[in-house]
Amino acid sequence: MSGLIDHLGPHAGFILASYGAAGLVLIGLTLAILRDHAAQKRALDALERRGAGRRSGREGA
Amino acid sequence: MALKPRTDDIAGIMASLIDLANPTRFMRFSAVVLPWLAAIATLLIVVGLYLAWFEAPADYQQGETIRIMFIHVPAAWLAMMFYSMMTLSALGTLVWRHPLADVAQKAAAPIGACFALICLVTGSLWGKPMWGTYWVWDARLTSMLVLLLIYLGLIALWRALDDPSRAARAVAILTLVGFVNVPIIKFSVDWWNTLHQPASVLRMGGPTIHPSMLWPLLILAVGFTLFALSLHMVAMRAEIMRRRVRTLTILEAERLDRLAAQGVPA
Repeated sequence: MSGLIDHLGPHAGFILASYGAAGLVLIGLTLAILRDHAAQKRALDALERRGAGRRSGREGA
Repeated sequence: MALKPRTDDIAGIMASLIDLANPTRFMRFSAVVLPWLAAIATLLIVVGLYLAWFEAPADYQQGETIRIMFIHVPAAWLAMMFYSMMTLSALGTLVWRHPLADVAQKAAAPIGACFALICLVTGSLWGKPMWGTYWVWDARLTSMLVLLLIYLGLIALWRALDDPSRAARAVAILTLVGFVNVPIIKFSVDWWNTLHQPASVLRMGGPTIHPSMLWPLLILAVGFTLFALSLHMVAMRAEIMRRRVRTLTILEAERLDRLAAQGVPA
């Protein structure tokens, strides 16, 4: 790590912080989108298992 | 007569696009395409980062800080590209009232906002060692900040209105109004005297960057674009499912109400 910082010169902190910040934002965004996708899939599966879309009540009316 | 096959081709392409614009078909299509898109994006980003860090030379003036360019520039392009995509979707919402256009619009906003944020943060971290300041209110920086604020405003508006189709129309109008900022960002460095440098890749007369830096930049730009499109596809899938969940929940509640009214146990 210190070799890399030496190689990057006096502005190593700015370069590494840029890549770190971009990485954090993209990882956070990816996780948020994947979690939302998984949550919606779970909710949809649960509703379909309960037969939420069936119209038996309407047919009986 | 010579035009007929061409007209048929165009009609065929339009028919395929209309087919794809059906949410159910989009779910099937995206399930097949997504793994490939994500894999190609990952490969390009890995290759691009290797070239950017180990093959591209340091700049003769900016030294090693030039490596910030490899994420700063693609982030700026993607922030503007996603806004342009949202503008096209907004037209789809307002002109054709297509539900998939609403979904595309809503799913794109957080992704575009994140790339605008990355652009501003990395630009600020590049500005301090090169300009001596993290921030200056010049036209390019300010217009990019305005883009981030527009993105945040659109996300807030989506959340403020419960009915997705009403929210989509309100957001679409604001998106179209906000699009005026995109050409301002692009041409700000030509129209005003800015501390930010003028365009060096997308310009008349070709790029002014040496190929040893241009290639890693282009590979990373394509890689990040495919990555962002993969995220957009996943977010669109989640949004389609969210709308199905909403519809099914309402149907279930109506059914239970009817059963309760008839005295039948649920």
